[in-house]
Parts: sequence; structure tokens; C-alpha cells
Amino acid sequence: MYSKNVKSTCEKISRSTSNLQYSYKRHIKEKVIELLLFLAAFFSILITFSIVFMLVKESFAFFQQVSIWEFLTDTQWTPLFNDAHYGILPLISGTLVSSTVALLVALPLGTTIAIYLSEFASYTVREITKPFLELLGGIPTIVYGYFALLFVTPLLQIIFPDLPGFSLLSAGLVMGIMIIPYVSSMTEDAMRSVPMHLREGSYAMGATRFQTAIRVVMPAAFSGIAAAYILGISRAVGETMVVAIAAGMQPNLTWNPMEQAATITAYIVQVSLGDLPHGSIGYQTIFAAGLTLLLITLIFNILGHLLRKRYRQAY
Amino acid sequence: MNEEKKLEELRVVIARHRRWDLIFLIAGVLALMIALLTFMALFTQMLIDGMPRLSWDFFTSFPSRRPESAGILSAWVGTTLVMLVTAISAVPLGIAAGVYLEEYAPKNLFTELIEINVTNLAGVPSIIYGLLALGLFVYQLGLGQSILAAGLTLALLILPIVIVATREAIRTIPIVIREGSYALGATKWETVADHLLPYSAPGILTGVIIGLARAIGETAPIITIGALTFIAFLPPSPIKNEFPFISFEWLAAPFTVMPIQMFNWVSRPEEEFQSNAAAAGLILVVMTLAMNALAIYLRYRMRKKIKW
Repeated sequence: MYSKNVKSTCEKISRSTSNLQYSYKRHIKEKVIELLLFLAAFFSILITFSIVFMLVKESFAFFQQVSIWEFLTDTQWTPLFNDAHYGILPLISGTLVSSTVALLVALPLGTTIAIYLSEFASYTVREITKPFLELLGGIPTIVYGYFALLFVTPLLQIIFPDLPGFSLLSAGLVMGIMIIPYVSSMTEDAMRSVPMHLREGSYAMGATRFQTAIRVVMPAAFSGIAAAYILGISRAVGETMVVAIAAGMQPNLTWNPMEQAATITAYIVQVSLGDLPHGSIGYQTIFAAGLTLLLITLIFNILGHLLRKRYRQAY
Repeated sequence: MNEEKKLEELRVVIARHRRWDLIFLIAGVLALMIALLTFMALFTQMLIDGMPRLSWDFFTSFPSRRPESAGILSAWVGTTLVMLVTAISAVPLGIAAGVYLEEYAPKNLFTELIEINVTNLAGVPSIIYGLLALGLFVYQLGLGQSILAAGLTLALLILPIVIVATREAIRTIPIVIREGSYALGATKWETVADHLLPYSAPGILTGVIIGLARAIGETAPIITIGALTFIAFLPPSPIKNEFPFISFEWLAAPFTVMPIQMFNWVSRPEEEFQSNAAAAGLILVVMTLAMNALAIYLRYRMRKKIKW
């Protein structure tokens, strides 16, 4: 009897120590997992860091051979010719012109669609249309490039017979339509998150839906709408395949959308398609071009951030 | 008399504003129509151009100098393998990062930094990822223009999408689920692994599908790492006859993918190649549309079914 009691007590003690061990093990496991998860999250910072590092490193090598002054002021970009010129301006002009055309299409149309869906459309229309718009945003850009070159350009040539086979106009137009879903869905989300009582107040004052949308909902949703526009701009500036296919690859300092011109992205594609040796100046130019592109999108992002901060509405 | 005049003026004002309302309504419908009609035009154009080229042979032939015998065999095999690498590397990493940010991260400056960083990464142009991969994967790590390099590049690209989807899916799970689990003595990880992840699986899956659909269509970063546009052979088979039966040689093989094959055909002057491009584009569009539609359907079902 006595021995039995002792035995069970011993068992109990041993179990509790093993429990202690068990809980200790469990604790260690928890900490290890937390560390692993943290490393995964930290990895995203590593990506940003390596992007900046890689672009700056190769650009630095580039700027040892070409002065920044020449890079910013020379009006020719012919790094692969014997008579090499390294002026980024032609690529920037191409990028800005095609982006402007795209944004002139995407921002008004996208905003109109967003206002319509958020303030005017019935529940059914909205539920049917939104997935369609999302699908539109999922189409690969290369397909839009094909469409711009083989459908939109011939169509535009009927209206403007002088239009060349490659043009910033047709690339920009298609790019604009491509960006519409991004702008409209983000703008709509921003407008829908405006509290209902603001609208109700406006309606109670006798305002129409249009007045409410323009004067009450849009100002209240300003920060979200600004974010949508910034995203649209970043998309347009960084878009590659549509311009590479439909706008041509000839660097051309022009502000006329009816001409053909290369954008920064198109130039990177053009060089990548060729076979440039690693470490040559041609290889370094695409990193310098990429850095310029990143800086341009960064400027717009900072601008958007400041705008949002300045006009943030609290309700 | 004066009252009546005022009333009349008021009516005019109201009528004008009503008219504006109507005008805008029409503008809204028109804008929507423009977007949808463009899509119709795009699809019909490709259908007309590409449909005649679609046949069994088109899927089982290598690209060729003769347009009528060219096919997309190496392209679709390449796309499948690259997507495999992308999914295997981006999905666990993205989910882990999402779980950390949503469940573990302390509220401090560093967490905020990671959050801002993820948002910004989503806005970085895809070609920039290509440049990073060219410098880092292709030359620094010596992976060359391989399937592995391409898959990892696209993984970086869709990582923010997976992270954001994971966070949103986990965030919708009510706090009572966590509290119930903790009350039963579960640790944090047990709560995450046994409750939060299973419940958020459909949401995460939606994000993964959308991310992969985007990766399938991405052309620019893959061109940037220097993928060849003309590949008339397949990567080595992953299954072998002798021990250990599995081989990873295919990871280092040169490749081409669907969008690059299409780009190659689009940029050729001969008109026959354009219909090949249309056929390849058609397959690409159907593939991405199907994936996106699946994601949208999953989300719709989820919203309907789950009532906490």
C-alpha cells in the first residue's frame, strides 16, 4: 500500500518535471517560430535595400565615366553607337508624354466610373460591374501591347493619316485604358468608406447626387483618391510592354505624342534583348535608366504622401 | 407676385441641377462602356486573328522560323516551371510575413517601417525588379538566365500581394477566436497554425491566385534578366529513371515563357507571325482571366458563407 503510494507520487513528480521540460520546449519552439516569421517580414526590407543598392552600385560605375551634368543635359541618347551620347532627356520626354496621354484617359474615366459605381449605380449593377473591371486589370500588359500595335494604331491612322506605325499616342491611349481599373477601384473604395451620414446631411439640404458626390464625398475621400491617382501615375511611368511594342524603341526628344519615341522602360527592354557583356558601359546604362525611373516614381509617391497629409480629413 | 417669381427661379435651379445629375449618370455609363467595349474589342480582335492557329499542334510544337509550323511547347512548359518556382518561394514567405505583421509584430517604429515598405514595394515598377534580378540573381549569385532566376524574380514581384492578402484575411477573423484558443492554453503559434491560418485559407488563396495570375503575364522583368526569345528544346525532365528519380537540373536550364514568346512574335514583321502572337495572347488571356475569375468567385463565396 505504502509503496504503491510512493510509486504514484514519484510518477506524478516525474510527470510534472517532464511537463516542465515540455513547457520549456514549447517555449523555445514558440520563440524560434516567431524569429522565423520575423525574418520573413524583414525580408521585404532586404528587397528594398537590394534594389536600391544594385541600382546605385551600377549607376555609380556609370557616373564615373559619364558626368551627371552630361546625363541630365545632353539631348541625345545613343549609348550603343560609336558616337555615344548619354543624355537621359529623350527617354524622360518619351516617358512623360506617353504617361500624360495615359493619365488624360485613365484619371477622368476612372474617376467618373468610380463616382458612378459608388454614388449612382444600383447594388446589382455594382456587383456585376466590379468583377468585370477587376478582370480587365488582370490582363497581361503584353496583350495590351499587341492590341495597341495591331488594333488601335490602324484605327488612329484612319483619323490621323500621318500617324507613324509606332506612336506615343496609341501606346498612351491603350495604357490609359489599362490603368482605368486600378484608378476606378481604388477611388471607389475610398469614396465608399466615406460615412453615410455625410451624404445624408447633404441630401437633407436638398443637394442632388451629383452635387453630393462632387462637393461632399470627393473632398472627404481626398486622401484615398490621391493614393489611387498616385498608383495610376506610377503604373503609367513604369509600364513597359505596351510602350516597348507600340511606341517604338527610337530615343527621340519630343513632346509630340504623334511621333514615335522610346521610354526609359522601352530602352531597358531593348538593351536586355541584345547581348551586352556584364560590366560594360551599355550594361550600366540600364541601371542608370532604372534608377532614374525609380526616382521619378519616388517623387510622385512623396508628393502624394504630402498631399494626403495636408488634406487628411478626420470624421 | 414676388414669391411666385422666386419660386420660378428656384424651379429653374432645381431643374438645372437635376439635368446635371442626369448628364453625369449618362457620362458614368458611357465611361463604363468605353472600358468594357475596349475589352470586347481586344478579345474579338485576338479571337479573329488567333483562332485559326489554335490547334493541338500549336501546343506541341517548338517555335520555328516558319510561322505555320511554330508552336508554344517550350513556352508553356517554361511558364509552368517558372510558376512552380514562384509559388513555392513566394507563398510560404508571404504568408509568414503576413502572419508576423498581423499577429506578432509589436507596435513600434520598426514594424511601421516594414509596413510602409511592403506598400511601397507593391508600387515599384516591375522592370525594376528585373534589374535587381539581373544584378543579384544572374550575376552576383551566378544563377544565369535560368528557370530558378526567373521564378525567384517573379516571387519577389508577387510577395507584397501575398503579404497584403494574408494580412487582410487574418484581420477579418474576430478576436474571440483567438481568445478562445488562448483560454484553452494554446500558445500563439498553436493559435495561428490551428485556427487563424485554416480560417483565413480561402482569403490567402485568393491573394495567391491573383498574384500568380499577375506573374504569368509579366514580361518585362523576365526580358530584363535576359531570357532567350527562341528556345527550341525542353528543360531536362524532373523525373528520372534511376535513383533518386528526381532531378533539379531543370532549375538551371534556359527557358522561355508565354509572354516572351508572344513578344517575340509581335515584334516580327511578317503578318503570319502576328496570328501566332494572337493565338498565344488568346491562351494567355484565357488563362489569366480564368485564374482571376476563380479568385473573385472564391472571395464572393467566402463573403456569403462565413458568418462569425
